[in-house]
Amino acid sequence: MLSFLIAEIPRLFTIYNVILLLKAALTTLSLSAVGCVVGLFCGFLLSLARLSQRPIFWPLKALALLYVEILRRVPFLITLMIFFFGAQVLGFNASALVIAFISTSVISTAFVAEIVRAGLRAVKPSQMEAAAVMNFSAWHTFWHVRLPQAWPLILPPVFSYFVLFIKDTALASQAGVLELTQAGKILNTKGFSASLVYATVLILYFIISYPLARFGSYLERRLGASRHSRPRRAV
Amino acid sequence: MAHLDIRGLVARYNNATVLDGIDLSIERGEIVSLIGPSGSGKSTLLRVISGLLPPRAGTVALAGETINYADRRSLRRSRDKLAIVFQQYNLFGNMNVLRNVMVAPVTIQKRDKKTVEAEACALLAKVGLADKLNAYPDELSGGQQQRVAIARALCLKPDILLLDEVTSALDPERVGEVLDTVKMLAADNMTLLIVSHEMGFVREVSHRVAFMADGKIQEMGPPAQIFGTPQQPRTQAFVSRILGH
Repeated sequence: MLSFLIAEIPRLFTIYNVILLLKAALTTLSLSAVGCVVGLFCGFLLSLARLSQRPIFWPLKALALLYVEILRRVPFLITLMIFFFGAQVLGFNASALVIAFISTSVISTAFVAEIVRAGLRAVKPSQMEAAAVMNFSAWHTFWHVRLPQAWPLILPPVFSYFVLFIKDTALASQAGVLELTQAGKILNTKGFSASLVYATVLILYFIISYPLARFGSYLERRLGASRHSRPRRAV
Repeated sequence: MAHLDIRGLVARYNNATVLDGIDLSIERGEIVSLIGPSGSGKSTLLRVISGLLPPRAGTVALAGETINYADRRSLRRSRDKLAIVFQQYNLFGNMNVLRNVMVAPVTIQKRDKKTVEAEACALLAKVGLADKLNAYPDELSGGQQQRVAIARALCLKPDILLLDEVTSALDPERVGEVLDTVKMLAADNMTLLIVSHEMGFVREVSHRVAFMADGKIQEMGPPAQIFGTPQQPRTQAFVSRILGH
């Protein structure tokens, strides 16, 4: 069996197949990167909307709650399909890849929003009270007190989620997007050994996700995740 | 005109009335201490004055200006004039000692950074923490954190200082130091409202003492009266129990 696999390696790794795999890896990387960046940015805004106390933001707060609660409970594949077929019904002529970009971003936003909200809520209210009586504005309190103390609580679960999220992008293959899992399927249907093909796909997923996990650990250390966030400036 | 004038103050947590018609008038430079059993509303009174708990009824006037707690600008103006030292210190965990003391004067009051730094270092030296400027709150003992909190409040240059159980985490030697600091503040004509269970401290430092129970000031007078010849039975019972220990 092993000798069969070894013999098949040169047959699988032709220039055409390597380009196919690299192209698919790039798509997975792009889907993950866009999902992570958009998710972090929009998730942050969404969590702020959910934490807002001002009545003027209550409609936004309700919408944010609805968004997070629905999307976190619906399987990724279902969301993807709703976006995919919904776009067709609405006459939105977009490629499967664009739909995949939108749906992955929408989903990661919901998950990240919840992680960020939990991190911000974990900061003791007494810290905000101390800031309030010293006349800190809401922005100053957030920037100088709440956020620096919340980061170390937010980052580990966010990066854990991002690593899981990279794996979830495989579901985009169901919509016909040529990402890593889809490339594996294509090569397998061409008659290459499933073990060899999916082992290759596995390694490529690892190559994409491992640096992200390491970067997360680096940021945790840098922001002092074991204790508190400690800015380097005096003031 | 009283520096701090409180009239008919009522405050509730949920449906429980914790302050039930407080009347208290404090002159500029006067030191008034609040004593009483736990849950009598002492700390709540400080929270209401500083705007952390909105009153249900009554008024608080600071230097003649009635604070409108529903109006942000009015609240900000009042907070410019007062500072509070919390029982649990509430130092910012993400900032070192020096930054804890400097952050509000520099960032909020927009004072000159170098001047503030010099003042902060002097204040921290005065409370015996000159060697802890770069330490973080979780590296300090309770007493050290308390002294940083006092320095932080003083660096704001308030007219009125509210002290909530500032001696609770201090050893006897440090209680003496805080006592000296409070006396020094009094000499600087700062108005002080102190909540304390440390009767020796209260007796020595206060001009007047108010005994609180059930959200009301039951009796108020000079320390000699409250600790020597209390008029109300509840004050008598409290004082005899406390002094008996």
